[in-house]
Amino acid sequence: MTDISLSGPSAADRTIPPAARAMRLPTQWLGVAPFIIFALMFLILPTLYLIIGAFQNADGAFTLQNIADLAQPTIVAAYWISIKVSVASSLLGAFIGLAIAIAIVRGGLPNWTRSAALTFSGVASQFAGVPLAFAFLATLGRLGLLTVLLRSIGFDLYQHGFNVLSFWGLTLTYLYFQIPLMVVIIVPAIDGLKKEWGEAAATLGATQWQYWRMVVIPVLWPSFLGTFILLFANAFGAIATAYALTGSSLNIVPIVLYAQIRGDVLHNANLGYAIAFGMIFITGLANVFYIWFRTRSERWLK
Amino acid sequence: MKSGKFWAWVTFILGAAYFFIPLIATLEFSMRMKRGEYSFEAYRVVLGDARFQESFTFSVVAAIFTIILGVLLVVPTAYWIRLRLPQLRPVVEFVTLLPLVIPAIVIVFGYIRMYGSSSPLPFLASGFGTNALLVIGYATLALPYMYRAVDTGLRTIDVRTLTEAAQILGAGWTTIIGRVILPNVLIAVLSGAFLTFAIVIGEFTVASLLNRPAFGPYLQNMGANRAYEPAALAIIAFAITWGCMSLIQVLSRFAPKSANRPN
Repeated sequence: MTDISLSGPSAADRTIPPAARAMRLPTQWLGVAPFIIFALMFLILPTLYLIIGAFQNADGAFTLQNIADLAQPTIVAAYWISIKVSVASSLLGAFIGLAIAIAIVRGGLPNWTRSAALTFSGVASQFAGVPLAFAFLATLGRLGLLTVLLRSIGFDLYQHGFNVLSFWGLTLTYLYFQIPLMVVIIVPAIDGLKKEWGEAAATLGATQWQYWRMVVIPVLWPSFLGTFILLFANAFGAIATAYALTGSSLNIVPIVLYAQIRGDVLHNANLGYAIAFGMIFITGLANVFYIWFRTRSERWLK
Repeated sequence: MKSGKFWAWVTFILGAAYFFIPLIATLEFSMRMKRGEYSFEAYRVVLGDARFQESFTFSVVAAIFTIILGVLLVVPTAYWIRLRLPQLRPVVEFVTLLPLVIPAIVIVFGYIRMYGSSSPLPFLASGFGTNALLVIGYATLALPYMYRAVDTGLRTIDVRTLTEAAQILGAGWTTIIGRVILPNVLIAVLSGAFLTFAIVIGEFTVASLLNRPAFGPYLQNMGANRAYEPAALAIIAFAITWGCMSLIQVLSRFAPKSANRPN
């Protein structure tokens, strides 16, 4: 027993006198210095550069003009459609993903459905970008398989106002990576619902509905909301799928910013910074909520 | 309970349909290049295209360098955090999650403005520098996944005891990390590596804005100009992603099952 406690981490810590600890401090930090320098140079400073630039004019003086200039109709419209696509795809993705997760964990399906769905979700959640756009063009484009099939049975999608290059087309495409991401993240949370809670509820005379309303939903709620916000940020920053799908016909914010970087279409570099700042602001705000809900949900999922 | 099972099946089958129909449609479309018959003509054209080979090779090389950079950056850091600076863990975790918060397009926009030809660190002044910046950008995008994978791997071994044992035997830090820690977390590192590979191969935004001849911009270009080849490329890209994820699955079976947790 004694030799185990001697080699234990807490025992090893206690044997170091406080003075030696203080002496060792600089070398302690050397171990993480490469990471810190990398993160500063290639993650934090470039972002800060844009954020500061958003509040400067061309001569470097402080101004709020760039932020005010975001109020142009085209930019506002771009933000608005980005927010709509992100909200729609993350809301639908979260609910559909939750339904699938509940079906495979609690639905009494054979075991293979669970592992198949989880493996596929792992793949599909990474299958974003340009190839995904091609897949949806081949499915729901004017000559896509589903479009042609539906037309052959007398239902013309495009006559009914559907277009894969539209808001709903984009949302439907985004769901292809949003739903699997939800499944991957929420399944552990559903696994964390202890069987005993159901039994305890049943012992106290709860109906199935009461068990869901008073146990399952309150426990899952923070994870659900947290993942929803993560999905939102995920959709909001995505550009490749939309760009390959619609070219520049659907002006979401990342596409406007992309055009600005490539060609200075706004003729004002600092306005580009302001657009980038707006994106960071929105995803940042979403993630503040995410972290808050994560810490709340972790209480239950030990 | 019976109806519960029924609805579970309905959900599962509807979900499966949503995910498989686009794949089937893409496969079907990709084989329609020759009129009136199914053939692999589009695949033959794509695979024989010199620009496909060039851009794909470029992306594979970029992915390999990204993985090396990621491992060199993440393994020592995650190890050191576990061993000596646990109080720094929340900060480092927060930083590694930032690339999920800050859109890739914003990060690369920052690079273009900070490291232009006239800046103190002119990465973009030369082709080599731009390639280096591309790899750095990829490593940044892969950081959340790499760090998570390595940190999970480290959790399953007793970092402190291994380190002390190695130190008693006279090993230096390079030996400890290279010959004691790394082999123990190799499977976790490889999982991170394959995920990184899958991300880098199809990446579009960074490569396109840095004007690199990578696979992602090539894909986009094909999509804008051709009909059947893009579908073939989508199937190839999906197969690559699938291959990487299957390898992760296979590897995770070999991973140590947290025999002795240090904490």
